[in-house]
Amino acid sequence: MRTLFKTSYGFDIDHLVDPGERIRVGLLIAGALALPLVLSGYALSEMAMFLCYALAGLGLMVLTGFSGQVSFGHAAFLGLGAYAQVWFLQRGVPFLVALVLAGLIAGVMGAAVGRAASKMHGFYLAIATLAFAILVETVIGAAVPLTGGHMGVSVPPITLFGYEVQGGWQTYYLYLAVLLFFVWGVANLKRAPTGRAMVAVRDSETSAQSLGVNIARTKITAFFASAFITGVAGGLMAHQLYYLSPETFGLGESLKLLLMIVVGGLGTISGAIIGAVFVTFLPNAIEILRMVLPSGIAHQVGLEPFLFGAIIAGFIIFEPDGLYGRWRKFRLFLETYPYYKRATFTRQKRYLKTGRFR
Amino acid sequence: MSTLSVQNISVAFGGLRALRDVSFTVEPGQIFAIIGPNGAGKSTIFNAISRIYDVAGGAIRFGDRDLLTLRPDQVVQSGIARTFQNIELFEKATVLQNLLVGCHGRMQRNLLAEFLFLPAVRRGELAARRKVEEVLDLLDLQHLRSERVADLPYGARKNVELARALCAGPKLLLLDEPASGLNPEETTDMSFWLKDIKEELGVTILMVEHDMNLVGRTADRVLALANGEVVAEGTVAQVQADRRVQDAYLGGAA
Amino acid sequence: MQFTDAMHLLVIGLAQGSGYALVALGFVFIYRATEIVNFAHGELMMLGAFAVLTFAELWGLGFWLGAAMGILSLGVFGYALDALVMRRVIGESQSSIFILTVALGVMLKALAGMIWGYTPLVLNVPFQGTVDIGGMVIATNRIAVIIGTVLICIALYLFLGRTRLGLAMQAASQNQLAAYYSRVPVKRLISVIWAIGAMVAATAGVLMAPVTQVSPEITAIGIKALAGAVVGGFGSIPGALLGCLLIGVAEPFLDYTYPPLQGVYAYAIMLVVLLVRPEGLIPQTFRKKV
Repeated sequence: MRTLFKTSYGFDIDHLVDPGERIRVGLLIAGALALPLVLSGYALSEMAMFLCYALAGLGLMVLTGFSGQVSFGHAAFLGLGAYAQVWFLQRGVPFLVALVLAGLIAGVMGAAVGRAASKMHGFYLAIATLAFAILVETVIGAAVPLTGGHMGVSVPPITLFGYEVQGGWQTYYLYLAVLLFFVWGVANLKRAPTGRAMVAVRDSETSAQSLGVNIARTKITAFFASAFITGVAGGLMAHQLYYLSPETFGLGESLKLLLMIVVGGLGTISGAIIGAVFVTFLPNAIEILRMVLPSGIAHQVGLEPFLFGAIIAGFIIFEPDGLYGRWRKFRLFLETYPYYKRATFTRQKRYLKTGRFR
Repeated sequence: MSTLSVQNISVAFGGLRALRDVSFTVEPGQIFAIIGPNGAGKSTIFNAISRIYDVAGGAIRFGDRDLLTLRPDQVVQSGIARTFQNIELFEKATVLQNLLVGCHGRMQRNLLAEFLFLPAVRRGELAARRKVEEVLDLLDLQHLRSERVADLPYGARKNVELARALCAGPKLLLLDEPASGLNPEETTDMSFWLKDIKEELGVTILMVEHDMNLVGRTADRVLALANGEVVAEGTVAQVQADRRVQDAYLGGAA
Repeated sequence: MQFTDAMHLLVIGLAQGSGYALVALGFVFIYRATEIVNFAHGELMMLGAFAVLTFAELWGLGFWLGAAMGILSLGVFGYALDALVMRRVIGESQSSIFILTVALGVMLKALAGMIWGYTPLVLNVPFQGTVDIGGMVIATNRIAVIIGTVLICIALYLFLGRTRLGLAMQAASQNQLAAYYSRVPVKRLISVIWAIGAMVAATAGVLMAPVTQVSPEITAIGIKALAGAVVGGFGSIPGALLGCLLIGVAEPFLDYTYPPLQGVYAYAIMLVVLLVRPEGLIPQTFRKKV
């Protein structure tokens, strides 16, 4: 394994000090920038959608990956963001301001849900998010004057400083810029006190508390940040959907977001991006699968959710670190060959330390 | 300097009384050990001081602060840090990250500033890192700084947890069985460190410990506890000579 | 609203609430022993209803034999679920385990849709028709849900307190390690707990079948039962049951008052209760010992 000699404390704090990592991230960004040269039209708008999902996944990653709180209804924040974005744009609010406001609305709602369950065991929060998502879907459907109900509402185009942003490469670059900004911000958060407090709460609430971490406040902050980012993703996604209706942001969509972060790898920023790539290509893979499978199964409505569930369950049972974890293991294998030992990554099985008292 | 005074505290779990009218005082600069058989309520005292358990009666004061009015996360701000019996480290994080959480109580937090990593945040991080490096040097943990806690052996984890508590810059350190699970050599190291911490950093230490060897070598005062009640208090020799303490350990009916 | 209407809604609500309570009983039982919240319990209930339907109607075994076989097969399923899946993830983080049970639920629901389709099916039960109580005409099947719930609660209570197996289970849920040292086969016991939880859920599915019919959509009852358990306080069985009853009774009245939000009041009540009294109406929390 390479050893990196660090010469100052600043070195520890800076992003991407490892030259190899710097090259990889640089190549990735260069590739993303060059994409419009290769792709066109439809493919590029698919890529814009991918960027929205990556951003939404990044949001959920802050909550579930960093602070260890599960949200089964994160698509609700996507929906809140999307509807808020449209509502503000219809009233002549400039695009970027509307986007921030959309994020804020989702964030504040998220903080409220987080507050409701922050003092309790993690599963209260999980159930609360599930209930919240079902409620939001129904309320959006019922609040016809505000949202157009189940008839739906059409999305105005993006105007940036008086200039109308066309679909295709212009939208793509705009979304890429937003995503990179948030990736940078979340990476910052991770190396700062609040991000560390989140990880501390995830790994041991008791000792986090004894070191001065306010658990309730940390969970609420995590929820706010997470819902904010997902709300912004929803605002962006609205423009790709052209037409919003409440069913778009149902439980199936929440499941998709969960699938992303589990498959990508819980707890890492790269995991969110890798998961988004996976989800973007999944429909194509399912199409191919449909051709292979016997027609009795291939045309079942349940095939897609079944596969979603199976993929999530499979990853949690067999590869809890996700694809990113797999890649890290592979890299370590190459770097330490022939000294690689499987034991490096064996999981410790710990039996339930109950010792509970009433 | 602040004195920890515990006055007549009682803790009950449902009908079970875990502590009954326990009182003691830890003077600044002391190493104060609590001994007693299993289930005597030693860890319960710690959990009462760090506000994880609510007390049924009595008072706990540190300096001029009434600890019972504080939330668990505010205790560290009053200058008390602790370790746990079953090591509660952040397993998936590196040693360095664990220690940085130790500095949490003294760091400024602002979501937007941290998101943008403004210069003030960077300054705070650098300051925290200097503190962490000091502690790493003191406890000889430099070589482990970027290891993941999950990859460390038990003894090293014990030291990391001690280091993390020191990063909080405490005036009083609560150590829950610092020597349990350590081999004799590691226990000797531990006793030197405890003395260093007391003498060089001027930190008061309150510890729960079974290993009378370590207690004998380090403690200035000892409190013996059995069945949630104080049996004896005094110097190591006084407590060891006490008949009631021997009875409590041997289970002989008095 | 007339008085008799109100009484009618009350009975409907009580029956509905009993159904939720029965589902909740299953997962609170599992939770207390394993600290795993089974988000797929509504799916187990649905599977139970389908299994009974298959044996009783499609294979023509008649209701009672079909019900017995259906519920037993769910017991086997619950046992296998723990032994083959849940046992593998011991030691993973709480959040991963939640996500896993949700994923399993999604799979089961999709699978049921593939096998039995999405059109609601009718399960013929012996308790049909109506009874007249003090001038009020009430469907027998609603009474059956209430009575069934009470009976199962009593049976489980006696089982836990009076039998050797039940006592061993209580020991295991208090302290697994100590139970293990006392030669309680903890792993197998936990699988049995899953089996019982699944069987209770299947029974709930059968009792609710005349009211809800049988389709993959009845899994929503599982989420409402979770909401009820949260309202009442998850740690205690009486609390969870009471919370479910409360939600069941409140629902029909609220649906009647403002129909546009029909069907989601259970969730609204839960969120409000969490905001006001986060520990539930009957608090009993467990904390980890350190």
